[in-house]
Amino acid sequence: MIPLTLQQRLERAAARWPRRTAIEDPEQGSVDYARLDATAGRLRDRLCAMGVRRGDRVGFCLRKSADAVAALYGAMKCGAAYVPTDPLAPASRNAYILNDCAVAVAIVDRRFEAALRREFEALGRVPPLIVLDEPPGRALPLETALDRLDGAQPPPTASTEPGHLDDLAYILYTSGSTGKPKGVMISHRNACSFIDWCSDTFQPGEDDRFSSHAPLHFDLSILDIHVPVQHGAAVVLVGEEIGKDPVRLAPFIAAQRISIWYSAPSILSLMAQYGNLPAHDYGALRMVLFAGEVFPVAHLRSLMEQLPEPRYFNLYGPTETNVCTFYEVIGPVPSERTEPYPIGVPCAHYRERVVDELGHDVPPDGEGELCIAGPGVMQGYWNLPEQTSRGFLASGDGERWYRTGDIVVRQPDGNYVYRGRRDRMVKKRGYRVELGEIEACLYTHPIIKEAGVIAQPSPDGLQVRAFVSTRDGTRPSIIELKRFCAERLPLYMVPDVFVVRDRLPRTSTDKVDYQKLKEL
Amino acid sequence: MTKDTLGTVKEFILAEFLPGEDPNALTSSTPLITGGILDSIATLKLVGFLEETFRIQLEPHEVDADNLDTLAAIERLVARKGRAT
Repeated sequence: MIPLTLQQRLERAAARWPRRTAIEDPEQGSVDYARLDATAGRLRDRLCAMGVRRGDRVGFCLRKSADAVAALYGAMKCGAAYVPTDPLAPASRNAYILNDCAVAVAIVDRRFEAALRREFEALGRVPPLIVLDEPPGRALPLETALDRLDGAQPPPTASTEPGHLDDLAYILYTSGSTGKPKGVMISHRNACSFIDWCSDTFQPGEDDRFSSHAPLHFDLSILDIHVPVQHGAAVVLVGEEIGKDPVRLAPFIAAQRISIWYSAPSILSLMAQYGNLPAHDYGALRMVLFAGEVFPVAHLRSLMEQLPEPRYFNLYGPTETNVCTFYEVIGPVPSERTEPYPIGVPCAHYRERVVDELGHDVPPDGEGELCIAGPGVMQGYWNLPEQTSRGFLASGDGERWYRTGDIVVRQPDGNYVYRGRRDRMVKKRGYRVELGEIEACLYTHPIIKEAGVIAQPSPDGLQVRAFVSTRDGTRPSIIELKRFCAERLPLYMVPDVFVVRDRLPRTSTDKVDYQKLKEL
Repeated sequence: MTKDTLGTVKEFILAEFLPGEDPNALTSSTPLITGGILDSIATLKLVGFLEETFRIQLEPHEVDADNLDTLAAIERLVARKGRAT
């Protein structure tokens, strides 16, 4: 089979399964493949008439909706890359992103329009906008907006640009160490190698119903949105509000008969605690996938005890590679286990190396930075050639080895264990201290729910500060926490200061926000 | 009348190394060094505080967990050194 680009895959799905539900939008109802493809096609025609060409970028700032999914396929049907932004982020950040990659057109919800326009004007260029209104009834806002535009002058029907596998499919902006977001460029070949790995590994079928919990600017959405299209399966959009509320989300998953769930561990932890899971019927749920953060073992144990039927997978990978290693957690989780599960073995489309600071391979059982090569590795960072070249190992073997920045060690059984971030390695009293390792230790404490550790200069040298929240909201004894760490870590790694908070600040992608911790 | 040795040292340790902790949680037998509360630098700061506050001189061999691991041990050490000077 000739590999297809993402837009071709949608057209194939529309031809094969026109009446099957593509998108279940709790607010707008079901959208089948024929309608999704037709709406995307109408947008393609409009975008082409607006001058969008193969190789361009089309941005959007949209609530997650059937429209947003149609919009990203519409952009790709022109041969353009889609650039999703976080509707909850400040307008200045989103305007920066859309301006940075010079989008040819931006598609935005009406409520974001005014603020974005102001920011674009401040940056000196306002791209052409397609603005979506909340329409009455069940029409898609995108269809309504296209009707309005077509009323003036319908665009000629364009044909879908088949594109090339090496064209960019999308650009996902992640937080950059410089403080400005940087755009991870992913080609169709990159994306499809991951999607095809998912197909081989999880064997989805047309009866599957995938969750779409992650926002579209988060790389978890690539699996949520594009894997179902490959199989004629449905994607159930999980709204922003309900997605954070375990009490409402737990019955929603059951009622929507979601069969493949994918999210960061944090919401799964909350559901294990507050979701009253045994009260609902999860007969459809056959897989629970999680990624993005370490899953605290106590919560994973509780989840798997309450829902023993599904298979559980720990997926690991930065946006630059999407998922690159995976591990199936087989239950039950032993009651004495406290250390997190491994990140596992490389996915079939990837190869790995583990290197030291000098880029030399470490011994098989040595600790080092995980580097990944294969067809899923990003093209680079948009317009940042220096950061791009720093992101890869200067190996001289002709391979593009992406440096994940994550420190791992290989267990005798071949599975990799995550130790922490390379750039979170600090030197305290001359010792190398991996802040993530301190966090990993804190997560093994039975009452700790969240842990974020930072290092800050102080008159006595580098001070390690641990921010924690507890499962039941009680204040832990700091003496007890220090003793707990002293029993498990070298003394120089015991945090100097503990700060207990109700919850830790999180980024828009639901990771602990270290920048905010440093400001506390 | 000045505060007793134990109370003075306890106040110092709470303020310097355990900000935010409930004072009642730090008892005379709480392990300080083996319990991860005092690392090497913190121990040196404590020694400086003891020498200055109680006008004593500690020998290098006395700066160890035997003498400094609990408030009770510190109290005994200060009493012994105070008598000696």
